[in-house]
Amino acid sequence: MKQTIIPLGPYHPLLEEPEHFKLYVEGERVVDLDVEIGYNHRGIEKLSESKTWDQVPYLVERICGICSTSHPMAYCLAVEDLVGCEISKRAQLIRVVVCELERIHSHLLWVGLAGHFIGYNTVWMWAWKYRETILEICEKLTGNRNHYAMFKPGGIRRDFNKEQIEYALEHIVDVEKPIRMLTDAILDDPVIHKRLKGIGVLTKKDAIDYSALGPTSRGSGVPWDVRWDEPLDGFKDLKWKVIVQKDGDVFSKGVVRLLECFESVSLIKQALLNLPEGEAIDVDIKEVPQGEGCGRYEAPRGEVFHYVRSDGSNMPYRHKVRAPTFNNLPTFKASCRGETIADVALITASIDPCYCCTERVAVVDKNNNEKILREKDLVKLSVDKTNGIMKKLGKTPPLYNMEI
Amino acid sequence: MSNKKNEKVMKDLKKKLKNKIIDIAQPREKRIYIRVEPEKTPEVVEYLFYKYQCKLCTATGIDMREGIEIIYHLAKEDKNMVINVKTLIPYSKLEIESIGKKIKAFRWIEREINEMLGVTFIGHPDMRRLILADSFPEGKYPLRKSFKNSDVTDEDYDYERSGI
Repeated sequence: MKQTIIPLGPYHPLLEEPEHFKLYVEGERVVDLDVEIGYNHRGIEKLSESKTWDQVPYLVERICGICSTSHPMAYCLAVEDLVGCEISKRAQLIRVVVCELERIHSHLLWVGLAGHFIGYNTVWMWAWKYRETILEICEKLTGNRNHYAMFKPGGIRRDFNKEQIEYALEHIVDVEKPIRMLTDAILDDPVIHKRLKGIGVLTKKDAIDYSALGPTSRGSGVPWDVRWDEPLDGFKDLKWKVIVQKDGDVFSKGVVRLLECFESVSLIKQALLNLPEGEAIDVDIKEVPQGEGCGRYEAPRGEVFHYVRSDGSNMPYRHKVRAPTFNNLPTFKASCRGETIADVALITASIDPCYCCTERVAVVDKNNNEKILREKDLVKLSVDKTNGIMKKLGKTPPLYNMEI
Repeated sequence: MSNKKNEKVMKDLKKKLKNKIIDIAQPREKRIYIRVEPEKTPEVVEYLFYKYQCKLCTATGIDMREGIEIIYHLAKEDKNMVINVKTLIPYSKLEIESIGKKIKAFRWIEREINEMLGVTFIGHPDMRRLILADSFPEGKYPLRKSFKNSDVTDEDYDYERSGI
């Protein structure tokens, strides 16, 4: 059969960063795919070498708008590993609270967009409505809805007061019930089961071979979670469990994300209730000696890894940043083969929670005839498939218009 | 408890890798640093990845002025340790055997080190550029310490190569 190349990108329709996928298609089936990245390369590692140790957290915070607290966290852990300092339990628990809040809002964002993409706009509206509560808690606790600037090497920059803690404890309960309702609604829906199960399977062996991270690996039965594997000292007393699903399809990755929200809510509650009073929130690091350190932390999408090396000056000699998507993107080569275009768009979204930046998909065949599929068409392709399943199940597809 | 576990890892690695490494150190409880000759690196890393069941965190290339140092960061999750395998490749011969030809997880990071620091990975199945633009001039390596912003001007970009 004639092979056609379909470019998906360079502004990726589903992930928030510009990425370019070349899909090699035979008929409707994707037989191979090639990923090109680098459209958003900002040279942060090089830039970091010209910033002082204290300035770098603000720089790495801007690597990603959604994981904006995981990067500073990993960087601070790396510097603390290098210096060899211990931070107080209060500071550690406050770090946990901020990171878990970020995890919930990131997962809800993903669930909402996944719902929108398969034609469940109600899921989209619900998920984003409840995400708003989380963002308000973030604002109350840290002063910002995003980019919190809470961490510094050696501790945190701002303490929580009583009023803030009470507000957070009160409102985190508000959010638990709706998320439960949303989760049950999604997990019970036969159409979602049919639409997402068995799609884009990443086997356990492939997950290990590619060193997949975060919900991508945990959805495939690989229980890697840095919070569990390399816990902060303050983390050890908290009770929670790692969510693992065996099937490796899009559905499993969604289930992992949804169930993780409850673990995060529980962690936030435990951390806020157990904050030790009167401890210093930071250690003053006067100088960073020669040496090297690794820091890693579980961001919503997987492990963030930072490596720093110091030559004894006030700036890092080398600062290496590895975001989870760097390890997760190559897994598409394993999970997208044999799927249809409508599904591939969904699979490429299943590792990462943001797909609002749809730009275009151009269908090109060898005679250079070009057909542009815009976001609207891509969503329609996916929604049509869902509606088809609904009709087969004897359900009436929703009547709303899919014009965007 | 974790202390004992970690000591065992250290002992185990010392025994298993005795003839292949230059030295091994454990500056902190959860971190092990192993120094290896460039020729032996793939062997050691593959051993750690397959037999020792480590996952790849990433690899870092560092311009050390006398050469490029590559550090493979591998995590042994059930023992909660990061094992770092370091090797120094001299400027006179900037090449090393590719690990990506066997283990898929290493392919992307080797491509990145290749374009950023100019290390050749022998036997890599797909050595195209990953992050830098196709039009970026060849022979310029942005992460080297000797690289200055003024080294690359607009005229150096070769747009024909990128097809623009």
